[in-house]
Amino acid sequence: MFDEKNVTLVYKFIMKNNNPLSPHLQIYKWQISSLLSIAHRIVGVINFFAIALICIWSLSLLLGQNSYLSIQIFFNTVFGKFFVIAICWTFSFHILNEIRHLIWDAGYGFDLKIAKITGLLALIGSFVFTIFFYLIGRNIL
Amino acid sequence: MAQFSLPQNSKIEVGKYYKNTTNSKNIKKINVYRWDPSTGKNPRVDTFEVDIENCGPKVLDILFKIKNEIDPSLTFRRSCAHGVCGSCAMNIDGVNTLACIKSHTDINGDLNIYPLPHLKVVKDLIGDLTTLYKQYESIQPWLKVDQTGKEKSELKQSQKDREKLDGYYECILCACCSTSCPSYWWNGDKYLGPAVLLQAYRWINDSRDGDKKERLKKVADELKLYRCHTIMNCTNSCPKGLNPAKAIGSIKKMLATS
Repeated sequence: MFDEKNVTLVYKFIMKNNNPLSPHLQIYKWQISSLLSIAHRIVGVINFFAIALICIWSLSLLLGQNSYLSIQIFFNTVFGKFFVIAICWTFSFHILNEIRHLIWDAGYGFDLKIAKITGLLALIGSFVFTIFFYLIGRNIL
Repeated sequence: MAQFSLPQNSKIEVGKYYKNTTNSKNIKKINVYRWDPSTGKNPRVDTFEVDIENCGPKVLDILFKIKNEIDPSLTFRRSCAHGVCGSCAMNIDGVNTLACIKSHTDINGDLNIYPLPHLKVVKDLIGDLTTLYKQYESIQPWLKVDQTGKEKSELKQSQKDREKLDGYYECILCACCSTSCPSYWWNGDKYLGPAVLLQAYRWINDSRDGDKKERLKKVADELKLYRCHTIMNCTNSCPKGLNPAKAIGSIKKMLATS
């Protein structure tokens, strides 16, 4: 009577009827927390591809000067520079937000105010980190 | 794969426009989601011009004013009007809340009122919550004890143990949190959702309950529990100021440490 199959069946039965589905994504107001959550996911996927690219880059070192140079040229174009800085940001953001998730897993930081503050800190921190990486990369720091 | 857009029969059309007939200067435009099962048409959004000068401070007052003075066919659930019963939960200005305790004076511009998100609509602002109640039933929300009833002794609870239920027993099951959760939108058949998980935690955490281990085991499931990604829409929307995200986090922690 109370088992999960029953719940799933009821859900499927209700979803099949001809009544309209009330609007969801279309109308729901974004919160800082939900924006950061979806950003975390998207950035995670981007990082997945970025790491693959970094692997290819390091592989190109083994393949000789020519293949290394072709990637070097790409990184020196405007798009290439944007790409490198963007990757600095996605990595920083993902790491900082992941620290939030770790703190949540330990059972802390669920308070609405604290969650908002840590979220903003992760966001601002990611930009600070990006600038920091840029300055190190440019040998300014 | 979740469907992010609305199905063809749920696409919202532009509805009727009810012009204000009084001479009041303080007018607010109220956009209300309407769907009548008897017409077989798509849902629409009607716009009502409401004289705010002669209207109570809450959103529910506006809905009553529309029902009494403009369109008696407007349908919505309500009962206590004091934020205790949870009947008038709806999406107001983009966030789920109770119409009876949400003040319309702090909303600037037009006021948008929709039913709770991602539910099958019964009529106008009423969504079908059958699955949520079934899920609530599935966590067995009652005290389970070894006593047979012949002992004739009370189940005592210390003040300290009782305090552990603060912030959880106050839940009125209005479904604001569950229907605000994107995870629940996409996996509503399997994922229990914040409201039911908060209730699950309330029973797991009750010192008098004798079935804690079994309860934890039942809820420990990739889909039932771990679809929570701490999006925190639930805590943001709870009209009673409770924290379902924390309750879910506590269950996860209990499972990790037990």
